[in-house]
Amino acid sequence: MSKIELRHIDKYYGKNHILKDVNLTIEDGDFMTLLGPSGCGKTTTLRVVSGLEKPQGGTIHIDGKEIVNAAEAHFAPPSERGLNLVFQSYALWPHMTVRENISFGLKIQKLSKEEQEKRVQSALKRMQIAQYIDRYPSELSGGQQQRVAIARAIASEPHLLLLDEPLSNLDAKLRVDMRSELKRLHTETGTTMIYVTHDQTEALTMSTKIAIFREGVIVQIAPPLELYNNPCNLYVADFIGNPRINFVQAQAEYDTKGMRVHGPLGDMTFSREDMTEDAPTSGSGAVVLGIRPEQLCINTARLSPSDIEAHIYTSMPAGSETLITVKKDDTTMVIKALGITHYNPDQTVYVALDTKKINVFDKQSERLVKYSR
Amino acid sequence: MRTNAEIQSYSKSKRIKNQILEVVTNPYNVIVLIAIALLTYLIVLPLLDMISTTFVLAQRDARSAGGTTGEFTLYYWHRLLASELTGKLLLQPLLNSLLIGVCVSVLAITLGSVLAWLMVRTDLPFKKFFSLAVIIPYMIPSWCKSQAWLTMFKTERIGGAPGFLTSLGVNVPEWLAYGPVAIILVLSLHYYAYAYLLVSAALNSINSELEEMGEIQGAGKMMILRKITFPLVLPAMLSAVILTFSKAIGTFGVINYLGNPVNFVTLSSQLYMNNKSQNTETAFAMALILICIASISVFMNQKLIGSRKSYATIGGKGGRSTEIRLGMHKPIITIVLILFFIVGIMMPILLLILESFMLREGSYALSNFTLHYWIGDPDPTIMEGLPGIFKNDDFINALLNSIKLTFVTGILGTIFGQILGYICAKGRGKLHGKIVEQLVFIPYLIPSVAFGGIFLSMFSTPQTIFGVTIIPSLYGTFALISLTSVIKHLPFASRAGTSNMLQISGELEEAASIVGAGFFKRFARIVFPLSKGGFISGFMLIFVSIMKELDLIILIMTPKTTTLPYLAFQYANGNSPQASDCVAIVMFSIVFLVYAIANIFGDADLAKSMGG
Repeated sequence: MSKIELRHIDKYYGKNHILKDVNLTIEDGDFMTLLGPSGCGKTTTLRVVSGLEKPQGGTIHIDGKEIVNAAEAHFAPPSERGLNLVFQSYALWPHMTVRENISFGLKIQKLSKEEQEKRVQSALKRMQIAQYIDRYPSELSGGQQQRVAIARAIASEPHLLLLDEPLSNLDAKLRVDMRSELKRLHTETGTTMIYVTHDQTEALTMSTKIAIFREGVIVQIAPPLELYNNPCNLYVADFIGNPRINFVQAQAEYDTKGMRVHGPLGDMTFSREDMTEDAPTSGSGAVVLGIRPEQLCINTARLSPSDIEAHIYTSMPAGSETLITVKKDDTTMVIKALGITHYNPDQTVYVALDTKKINVFDKQSERLVKYSR
Repeated sequence: MRTNAEIQSYSKSKRIKNQILEVVTNPYNVIVLIAIALLTYLIVLPLLDMISTTFVLAQRDARSAGGTTGEFTLYYWHRLLASELTGKLLLQPLLNSLLIGVCVSVLAITLGSVLAWLMVRTDLPFKKFFSLAVIIPYMIPSWCKSQAWLTMFKTERIGGAPGFLTSLGVNVPEWLAYGPVAIILVLSLHYYAYAYLLVSAALNSINSELEEMGEIQGAGKMMILRKITFPLVLPAMLSAVILTFSKAIGTFGVINYLGNPVNFVTLSSQLYMNNKSQNTETAFAMALILICIASISVFMNQKLIGSRKSYATIGGKGGRSTEIRLGMHKPIITIVLILFFIVGIMMPILLLILESFMLREGSYALSNFTLHYWIGDPDPTIMEGLPGIFKNDDFINALLNSIKLTFVTGILGTIFGQILGYICAKGRGKLHGKIVEQLVFIPYLIPSVAFGGIFLSMFSTPQTIFGVTIIPSLYGTFALISLTSVIKHLPFASRAGTSNMLQISGELEEAASIVGAGFFKRFARIVFPLSKGGFISGFMLIFVSIMKELDLIILIMTPKTTTLPYLAFQYANGNSPQASDCVAIVMFSIVFLVYAIANIFGDADLAKSMGG
């Protein structure tokens, strides 16, 4: 129930410029994920929003109210921002029981005893750990501690919930379970959430919007599928998607009607309406084709004249899907096929692709020039 | 990109208002400011005062120096550094100090490190017993040990009764009974405890997987010890060297007992003599030279350790620790250790106890044994008619004073130490943290006797700022002794505080501040409960140290404020070693008892507080 606007946020640690002119708007009810490799500034952004760190430049508004104005040295304390935070380490107070951990903040808010008890119970019930109420954190497993940490954060009924890589300390199975619970928590409470992770699967499956960070700069902000389909540059294209996107080098000629591409996968024509606004309208240059592994179809026989003849490099069945690496001259591509298929090494195959769906990037500027439709 | 208009669209007055508000409404900032102001006033100012004193001509020397009282002079420094008196006043004592400092450091560090390694890393039997026993020397003041040394080795030279060995007919050579050898041995047996505590803390933090990796690579036991374990604990050993060296060159009690009979003087004993005979300027000049030596040793230490300072923590918290098997050497090592325990630790205590029951020292006939010095009524033929200590008002007074002093300064020192430690831990790498860390470290470099001297001269007159009296004259008050003790022990106390506070993850506090807990609430509900053990350990560190403190407060003592160590010192100097023994035994019992209680109920651990 909260709209957050970060404007021109700059943050330094000593001489290290950690956040560089970060602008980010999080709409009411968003599940905004800050995604990026470690050390890219996503956790710092979260801490700046929470009030634990003070930026050296920029402003932050929550629901139109100014809570940070670095130029005027105005920083509202964390407790006045109506938010709560789940730490990566959980940060449960080891000398307090689960109940005390959760009610600590409620006591500070001076809620009545009954209200405190009600909130504690409902938070615990929501996280399905009501039976552990009188235990100490050290008596709980990692997954249970995680639930207590979330319960503690939601008990104060924050308008904004911040989560700093909350699932990174859990094992793979628990992580998948907690993912769906967090998503459920978001839809049930409608709370605005900011979620920090370096795990793109978490980001893609849970978020309503994702902000991709790279070395202290936000590269792209978009809903998950848009991010996946039309990454704004090579960095995002490469970062998002598992297995990774295939990059194929090619040459392009631009004109007002669109562009023609010539490369190892043959000639392709793209019309202007599929292209980005800043794509050139004349001249020529090197481009990179971005082709998702599932956009390629593989057959043992030629079905269409446009099919590309290639050779099997390796084939890796994984049950529900098979990852096949093929080579066409010097170009290597990964293809994702559903189900179990089998190919022999060096076998000749025919690869079909829908040129409408692929991305094209300018090699020089690394920016997207052609949308996937 | 932002426009120029956007950059300039803020109000400067608002910025200043907010910045001031931030500083004054945040208790942490206020505390840091107060701490820095107080530390400057109580540490930097006395030091500057000390320096300036040495450049001002005193009335007593006005004639011989040929100047007027109160004017600027190089007289004292000239006399000390470049006159015909230099050799006797400075060089000989200085060489003696360095000899003592270096020898004691080498011996004590070797002994302490070996003991620490045996105790932490090997399968030595009776470890629990040994690890308590090796701390005991830390609890007995060093001058007590020299008293025991005299009881054992005293020759006829200084008159009075002969020592234990002489009375058995053994001819004790003089070089063993008095002088540098005796001093070095006694001090080493005392200060090895520092090396032991520091190195064992470092060893405890080394993951034994590091050593096991060496074993897998095919290194032998000695190779592992030399190439892996030793370099990892080297920083701890070097800080133990600093600690030992600066303490050894600053001590004077032991020199007084064991050096005086053969006129062996050091800079610190000269410093005491000069201070006592009102030659404050010369005394302070000597103190400054000692401070310089200590500073140089600290500087060299930092150069040597350099970036490797944090070794021990990098290896950090390796839960598992596999003990090294001593194999066939085990019985031999055990026997040697037991012998060491008997000779080096139990013997001094037993000798003191034994002597305290002897009517005349040196006579070991059964008829000579008495309880007189403990509970006897006044007898004009013994000790000028003074009764046994438990019937002696002086003793009762000193006992109460000591208990009051140790508890007051222990508690105050611990609280300040933990708060300063909190600042040092939170301010790591920030300017205010560095300032506090450096300020707090200074008292460590100032020899105890000189530290007492400077506080005495500073606070004997009322302290005023702009004509307003802030602190009245504290001469002869309990407050002065407490103040001196607390400030002198701040380096230790804040070090204990820092290592305590560093164990509390910052996120635990942040989690509380997110839900609106203010500074004091966080301290009371999160930081304090989580660091209770450290508080108690820190308290013990100060408690033990102040209970046996003599050098520091000897100049400040007045008959009303006498403490147990001072009383024992007086008795010993007044040729009543038995009474002195009684006092020392009572003092040691209190220290041991409190330590045992804290250890059992409060999880106190001196090693934890010492290791940073």
